[in-house]
Amino acid sequence: MIRRLFIANRGEIALRIIRTARRLGLTTILGVSEADRDSLPALQAHEIAILGPPPSAQSYLSIDAVIAAARAAAADAVHPGYGFLSENAAFARAVGQAGIIFIGPAVASLEAMGDKLMARAVAVAAGLPVVPGGEAATPEEALRSAEATGYPLLIKAVAGGGGRGMRRVDRATDMPAQIDRAMAEAQAAFGDARIYVERFIARGRHVEVQVLGDGARAIHLGTRDCSIQRRFQKLVEEAPAPGLPDGRRAAIEDAAVRLAKHLGYRGAGTVEFLVDAETFDFFFLEMNARIQVEHPVTEAITGIDLIEQQLLLADGQPLGVAQEMVRLAGHAIEVRINAEDPDADFRPSPGRIARAAWPAGPGLRVDTHIASGGAIPPYYDSLLGKLIAYGPTRAIAIDRLGAALQSLHLDGVATTAPLHRRIVADPRFIAGGVDTRFLEGLAHE
Amino acid sequence: MTDLPLTPDDVAEIVAILDGSSYEHLDIRTSRFRLRIARDGTGWTQQWDWSDDDTPVQAETPVAPVAAETGPVIRAPLPGTFYRAPQPGAPPFVEVGDRVEPDTVVAIIETMKLMNPVHAGSSGRITAILADNADMVTRDAVLMRIT
Repeated sequence: MIRRLFIANRGEIALRIIRTARRLGLTTILGVSEADRDSLPALQAHEIAILGPPPSAQSYLSIDAVIAAARAAAADAVHPGYGFLSENAAFARAVGQAGIIFIGPAVASLEAMGDKLMARAVAVAAGLPVVPGGEAATPEEALRSAEATGYPLLIKAVAGGGGRGMRRVDRATDMPAQIDRAMAEAQAAFGDARIYVERFIARGRHVEVQVLGDGARAIHLGTRDCSIQRRFQKLVEEAPAPGLPDGRRAAIEDAAVRLAKHLGYRGAGTVEFLVDAETFDFFFLEMNARIQVEHPVTEAITGIDLIEQQLLLADGQPLGVAQEMVRLAGHAIEVRINAEDPDADFRPSPGRIARAAWPAGPGLRVDTHIASGGAIPPYYDSLLGKLIAYGPTRAIAIDRLGAALQSLHLDGVATTAPLHRRIVADPRFIAGGVDTRFLEGLAHE
Repeated sequence: MTDLPLTPDDVAEIVAILDGSSYEHLDIRTSRFRLRIARDGTGWTQQWDWSDDDTPVQAETPVAPVAAETGPVIRAPLPGTFYRAPQPGAPPFVEVGDRVEPDTVVAIIETMKLMNPVHAGSSGRITAILADNADMVTRDAVLMRIT
């Protein structure tokens, strides 16, 4: 029975976890770096524990610091959020060894899915199609693998996720420099510099499936489309994925459930696919064994609180939802408001928000840790908040999102809001089903 | 603190009530927070303010920009952590005495988990490197001097 929940994260997701935990009557303890001790999540948690100095490596990424703080707080469970240590098998193991419940899947699932190469092998064993490519533990191997795969290609971090350390390379001459930067970013972000190379599919859509499992059974909560990305960072996400033929959609959902069952997966997870925008052929990309940034769009169309499901499943409860009970209703779209300047090559824009006026009203949800006067330190990622618009139809969701973006005022730093105003008014987006090159095209108009 | 003040559903409900009225805004003020729900065009906004003792969170002792620099310098294009080499253990991008062109990458600044290259910006020779590896630097901090 979980009573004291330690949250090993920051920003909007920390606040999101606190919200559900409080509703369930849990006591929340938030681990914070010194830069975040006055943050909104720190104010909302019942207790805070200082993990260390601002840099992530000494605070949010320090397994020793987090475990020590969770033990000192007498926590029954640790929720890792997304990013940071959320998919770190060594961390999950250390949490378990401390006699604390890890809110996430079993260590074996984290190991199987955390290493992208192993994930590919497991997916193949479960009968899922994968994109051609190969591994590369060293720069030399990456070059050899690239020769075989051909250009354009993608370099990905083996330990990666969420697009960090991922790069597209169009020419062999660019490869050595890109390998160096990808490995440096992988090392900085994940503590593991290994990379691999994968063929780049030109007209692809990014479609993912939310799954829940209790170790024995697994269900899906429908699709999300996250094709609007910049450098593999998702900017717009919607549920369900628009414009997929019903048969293909069902096949993708079935494949995700098959993988979850094959793993004996316990918890909430997301199986990501690359879908050919013309033929609707699909390939397994990776599985994220954690809560996703874009989980609210699935919550909006299913009415299921995914954080609550994570807490129940990690606590050993059987799945309380059967597949036939899941009803997908309406359409939801999320836009990420980042502290980045879309007019200056998305340069990060840390600073202080003088005034934060977020939209409010029917069909709107705002997940954010940023209020007026809120600080955006340079140490962490640039996500300021997520604006989610729901409607009974996609057209209504788009209308609400467009109106809400007009009412959004964040003064003090540059944000991606102006870009989202353009996207939501774009006829191709309104038609639905754009591919991952959409944003690149938009930038050149 | 005891409880969350208002859920998103509460806020949506307040907006629905206000929307049918002629009010332009509603201010809620407690010992813990201030909330203004205000009309904005055809929509509504929510503004939260939690600052009671408004002590700004400061980055750890950033390298201060040198005010009166004469001659060409290389400044930080954005705040973050200054690195002299592409990876730990790798040789630095440049050393004092090295010749640089405008496009030469002389350092990396890590901001918000992204590695941002710093370009020399002009041609010349590096005469001084003013920030230490892994220093936090502010925007426009002088990183290097060139001639």
